[in-house]
Amino acid sequence: MPAKSFLLLKIFIKTAVSSWLFSPIMIHSLFLINNVGDLFLEKHWKSVISRTVCDYFFEAREKAVEPENVPPVIHTPHHYLINIYREKIFFVSVTQTEVPPLFVIEFLHQVAETFQDYFGECSETTINDNVVIVYELLEEMLDNGFPLTTESNILKELIRPPTTLRSMVNTITGIGNIGQTLPTGQLSSIPWRRAGVKYTNNEAYFDVVEEIDAILDKSGSTVFAEIQGGIDACVKLSGMPDLTLSFMNPRLLDDVSFHPCVRYKRWESERVLSFIPPDGNFQLMSYHVSAQNLVAIPVYVKQNISFFETGPSGRLDITVGPKQTMGKTVECVVVTIHMPKVVLSANLNATQGTYNYDPVTKVLMWDIGKLNPQKLPNLKGSLSLQSGAPKPEENPNLNVDLKIQQLAISGLKVNQLDMYGEKYKPFKGVKYVTKAGKFQVRM
Amino acid sequence: MLGMSANSVSYNDQGSVESGVDAVQESIPTTTNLGLFSAEFKKNDDLKEMLESNKESLKLDAMRRVVELIAKGKNASHLFPAVVKNVASKNIELKKLVYVYLVRYAEEQQDLALLSISTFQRALKEPNQLIRASALRVLSSIRVPIIVPIMMLAIKEAATDLSPYVRKTAAHAIQKLYSLDPDQKELLIEVIEKLLKDKSTLVAGSVVMAFEEVCPDRIDLIHKNYRKLCNLLVDVEEWGQVVIIHMLTRYARTQFVSPWRDDAVFDENSEKAFYDSEEEKRKDQSKPYIMDPDHRLLLRNTKPLLQSRNTAVVMAVAQLYWHLAPKHEVSIVTKSLVRLLRSHREVQYIVLQNIATMSIQRKGMFEPFMKSFYVRSTDATHIKTLKLEILTNLANEANISTILREFQTYVKSQDKAFAAATIQAIGRCATNISEVTDSCLNGLVLLLSNRDETVVAESVVVIKKLLQTQPSQHSDIIKHMAKLFDNITVPMARASILWLMGEYCEHVPKIAPDVLRKMAKSFTSEEDIVKLQTVNLAAKLYLTNSKQTKLLTQYILNLGKYDQNYDIRDRTRFIRQLIVPNEKSGALSKYARRILMASKPAPVLQSAFKDRDRFQLGTLSHTLNATATGYLELSDWPAVAPDQSVRNVEVVEPVKETGAPALSKSKPGKSEKKFYSDSEQEEEQEEGSSSEDSSSSSEESGSESESEEDSEESTKSSSQSENSSSESDSDKKKKTQRNKKLQQQKSASKYRSAVKVETKSGSESGSESSLSENSSESGSGSEPESDSDSGTDQKTKAKHKPVKSKPVTKVDQKEVSLLDLDDFSPAPLTTPKRSILSPSLLSDLQGLSIATSASALQASSPVFVPETSHELLHRMTGKGLSAQYRFTRQPCIYGNNMVSLQLTLSNSGDQALENIHISERSSTGQDIHRFNTIERLEPQASVTVSMGADFNDSTQAANFQLCTKEDEFSVSIQPAVGELLLPVTMSEPDFTKEQSKLVGMNESSATISMAPDNASSQSINRKVVSVANLGVVTSDQDTIHRFAGKTVSSGSLVLVSVTLRDSDALITINTEKTVIASMLLRQLKTALMNSAT
Repeated sequence: MPAKSFLLLKIFIKTAVSSWLFSPIMIHSLFLINNVGDLFLEKHWKSVISRTVCDYFFEAREKAVEPENVPPVIHTPHHYLINIYREKIFFVSVTQTEVPPLFVIEFLHQVAETFQDYFGECSETTINDNVVIVYELLEEMLDNGFPLTTESNILKELIRPPTTLRSMVNTITGIGNIGQTLPTGQLSSIPWRRAGVKYTNNEAYFDVVEEIDAILDKSGSTVFAEIQGGIDACVKLSGMPDLTLSFMNPRLLDDVSFHPCVRYKRWESERVLSFIPPDGNFQLMSYHVSAQNLVAIPVYVKQNISFFETGPSGRLDITVGPKQTMGKTVECVVVTIHMPKVVLSANLNATQGTYNYDPVTKVLMWDIGKLNPQKLPNLKGSLSLQSGAPKPEENPNLNVDLKIQQLAISGLKVNQLDMYGEKYKPFKGVKYVTKAGKFQVRM
Repeated sequence: MLGMSANSVSYNDQGSVESGVDAVQESIPTTTNLGLFSAEFKKNDDLKEMLESNKESLKLDAMRRVVELIAKGKNASHLFPAVVKNVASKNIELKKLVYVYLVRYAEEQQDLALLSISTFQRALKEPNQLIRASALRVLSSIRVPIIVPIMMLAIKEAATDLSPYVRKTAAHAIQKLYSLDPDQKELLIEVIEKLLKDKSTLVAGSVVMAFEEVCPDRIDLIHKNYRKLCNLLVDVEEWGQVVIIHMLTRYARTQFVSPWRDDAVFDENSEKAFYDSEEEKRKDQSKPYIMDPDHRLLLRNTKPLLQSRNTAVVMAVAQLYWHLAPKHEVSIVTKSLVRLLRSHREVQYIVLQNIATMSIQRKGMFEPFMKSFYVRSTDATHIKTLKLEILTNLANEANISTILREFQTYVKSQDKAFAAATIQAIGRCATNISEVTDSCLNGLVLLLSNRDETVVAESVVVIKKLLQTQPSQHSDIIKHMAKLFDNITVPMARASILWLMGEYCEHVPKIAPDVLRKMAKSFTSEEDIVKLQTVNLAAKLYLTNSKQTKLLTQYILNLGKYDQNYDIRDRTRFIRQLIVPNEKSGALSKYARRILMASKPAPVLQSAFKDRDRFQLGTLSHTLNATATGYLELSDWPAVAPDQSVRNVEVVEPVKETGAPALSKSKPGKSEKKFYSDSEQEEEQEEGSSSEDSSSSSEESGSESESEEDSEESTKSSSQSENSSSESDSDKKKKTQRNKKLQQQKSASKYRSAVKVETKSGSESGSESSLSENSSESGSGSEPESDSDSGTDQKTKAKHKPVKSKPVTKVDQKEVSLLDLDDFSPAPLTTPKRSILSPSLLSDLQGLSIATSASALQASSPVFVPETSHELLHRMTGKGLSAQYRFTRQPCIYGNNMVSLQLTLSNSGDQALENIHISERSSTGQDIHRFNTIERLEPQASVTVSMGADFNDSTQAANFQLCTKEDEFSVSIQPAVGELLLPVTMSEPDFTKEQSKLVGMNESSATISMAPDNASSQSINRKVVSVANLGVVTSDQDTIHRFAGKTVSSGSLVLVSVTLRDSDALITINTEKTVIASMLLRQLKTALMNSAT
């Protein structure tokens, strides 16, 4: 084909497309790009937008160095690229007009969560393995660029999640993943619950998970600390149960956000959570514990890192111990340090757990495990630095990860759970876990 | 036709590119792997065969592979004829995949696409709503201009479909058709107008979206639907909420007058904003502002959405409050916005940007949350910069030392770009807050000895800016910088030092020439900006100290004359003419000194977000700081409010609604209006037809939506009234069951929980009523399914409107704080069924701590709640703070032994009161549940809080301290004996049985002569329940009236019976608590002996 006519045709197409160039639609196209920059899936809800539009994204990606630093909103001459980075995948959406950016961001995260829900994990491999379902999902979630069905309970009725058994049946019978009728939830005032749920064992589990966000300074005193919590629920109840969950001390909760199923008014007046739950796993609420309350810091870290003026070496000495643990054991303690660039290797000795220094990412990770108050774990040894380079200006910060079972650090307690509307007697359980959120010790 | 196209495909297979269709395919972007593509092409050769086979499974397999090709961005258009044949397939999945394909390629193969249209037209008539909807979806997604009339017809038809889901699809299709053919606008607007009237929550979001796209300027279409949209909002799905909120924000800005002070528009500088509350107050005094009730309705109905899990919704509400709410109310969004900072990185980015803009105007809003903006080393760079920006905006005299300490850690960060940004921020703090200028400057000077060059350079630049404000005192610093000059290599920093030297050469007369000497040596190897500043320095020194520097200057000017850069050559020539006197030099050189050494204005360091507020918050334009395509400007408030009556709805066309599951049809009758009505009447009402019931509820909700006057009444925080009212429908049916239950409970209270579960679900109506409760909660008239009653509802509203008196500002403000409670007015009911929802029930929840129930008796909701409130604190003694208390007669939510109290605190002074709370120390032994501290109470505002007190079954007063920020007031609450009781539901036989156990010591009685007008059973009931919080025991005897209750603290039974004998009456009280009995007896005597007035 002569190059000239090819070019001409290309121009023809461009003008044809531009007639709806400014079509007012929220999300025009979606591109999925992995973290090495391969575009592996595209979906358009209107006319096709050439994937060359992603070049602007790649440019920004390169400039940002780290994938986390890519600006979420990128302005190109004709389009706006709004992207999120999740599970090593960039979800890049293209829009052409004014749209609340959070609207798009929130939707993209919802897409990622749906994938996770359907395929167990949201990764390039699973998406590629299930392209057809992904496409069917995207088709259902967005109509003409506007979210249509995003509730996971309803999606699952429309498009069945893949299981190994079903894929076998599908190939034999030719019956697909698509539901034949409109889910009734879609039409009711409780769109989050599917109809006709039946279980032989009726169970409802609630996990109260709290995370401590803290910044401690060198001396160990708290610069900033707060508790963020959430109640993750796994409800497998038949029929249309109406649940009421109450707390012993609801006043602790300073700021809350709810799953749409929770009745605001009941909370406002009585401080109880009254709801008809979705089927399966969901987050019932998330909350913030009022800043006035003092936050108990479960561990302390005694650390000492020094870099010698003379010679390319340094010394490191870290001890971790329990502080305010309410009598519980601190588990899964991991200390992570992002070392300065000049640190080449580490020669350390850990009294408990294992350590690992990655010379490429410069991350020192010390996996301690359970904290024993009698014998405090200690990590000690020397660091070798790049010779000739100036000694690092500042000591690196230290991130701590930990977990305490059977404890909500804020003291929040679930009082009781009642069920109305169904005859059977469900099995109910509540679990408490405290974790470290963004727990940082400055050195 | 089909044959022809099949031909063209077979050509294509041979690699021909002659037909136009194929050429189009070629130009489809296949930018990656053109080479690979051909290989792929061959591999997929069998697809056509598979699609044309007879086996469903083969077809399905083929379609799956085709979709995979599309997903990879590869061209599959050559399969169009083979694919389109399957559009009528019976297999739903196959069909769906064909749809996906069609939508993708129809535009390119318009002729072939037309083949599929008739299939869709047929599908539009299908009985299955899912199929109808998806047919419309695909039909409207096929971008083929020729089918526009067909689409138009389909949309019109679908807009009147019985299924709300199909109507929703129709709303989406409107936008698609509009973008395909904008000429259809007028017709489409008609459809939008029709759909806007739809009462389904499913449709609301989509149709508003269509409105925004097609005709955002047709505000007039919204008027009649405004109140409905406000009321539906809570129940609309999340995405629709965002769109509706944004639209209503624009609407409100055109329809209501500004709630802000006239001259305090948005550009209020930060200092003013800081003292905002005082201004607000002054404004209130000078000219009372009356908020349009519709304006208030919008604010009230959006507030609960701040608790949404969807960040876009929260942001939308936040921007609505920012743009629409009175200034003192905006701060309620703060907490929720700060909460969003815990969300994903991208969400943080957008939210922080908006907070940055907000924090410039309203420091106070975010100052208490300052620490939430502290930077972590793990934050992404753009997040760090935004947090820094916000911290800088929040800095004031009080917190600057904390912020500077925090900044010190940032300066040491390994992220050098961030460290540099921190130094800039320190500079901004220093100029904005004069108290710390010196210490900032000293800190920055210390940084000059930092090892990192970017840090040093940035410090130099910032110091330069700071020194310009007050140079004379800082010659030391200038000297110090001159010394550093040799070690600094960053051009910008070197240039800055040179500029400083030149500008303030009089302060450093000895050093400046020396610096110039060094520069002369290295001039040729410097960067351009450094060279320019060297020339400047030379010129300035020449003018002030020509003796020492004349030769140096000339040397430098000579070097500059032959520089490669024309700017430098130009500058050199200009400077030479200006300063070196020669015969040709004009009048200008006389003024050379005044020109060069003129005092320069100090630069103003301000936020990059200073001018962002021209954009509506939460928009893409705001994020980009540039107008995005399609951005709709938020209009200014109108000076005079447009006609309010346009929003009144006179006639509502009922929209037929079927196909929805019969979930909740009946609307529970809340009986707020029937507040003083008799118990008999109440019962009658419940027995009455459901239509009567719903009409009463609509009347009630009508009055609620303009609840300014009602707020006093409706805020009595009665926690269960709603439950009981919603269940009242089924009361009759369940009465027998309840009786049975009570007996069981008494006989075997151990098994209570088991019994509870059984009884609870004993009848269908139980679940039904709880569902309908859900819908009634969602606001007045929001029930989408029950048309007739919401119709009346709207009508009633319209009727009420003109009669309504304008609320004064005081009420208006009060109402704000009471928002949350107004749906929970106490509802007096004769036969309450509180027992089921009682919080005191035991729970068999595993792993939970079990609340110990003090009593085996089930409390029911009160028969009568007295209106009277008692004074707790007079405003004179309270220095402006006055407090009143009422007994709500509800079981206390804070503890089983507590009496529930409601406090109304009002500020009648002229200064805002802060930090109102009850002191921790209680002077007497009573256990008091304190209300949450009230942060701030504006003048003339009042707030209602609830608290609990355990009086321990005695009438001893509870004494405690009511504190404000400044003062403490001792107050005491003296309970009447009747308030220490809670009503109990009992059947007559139970009553007699219990009474027979409580005889002898436990019985006290008195005979009184009744006032004649008290003799009727109604008036006796009323008298007794107004004295004491007792439940009425229904009986068929006319002469004996029985009342049952229990003491709050110990749960002992209190049984009262009034036996009529001609004109006399015998009052008998049976209880273990003899003290209570005698006190109660005395009070009942007085009540029944006095005549009814």
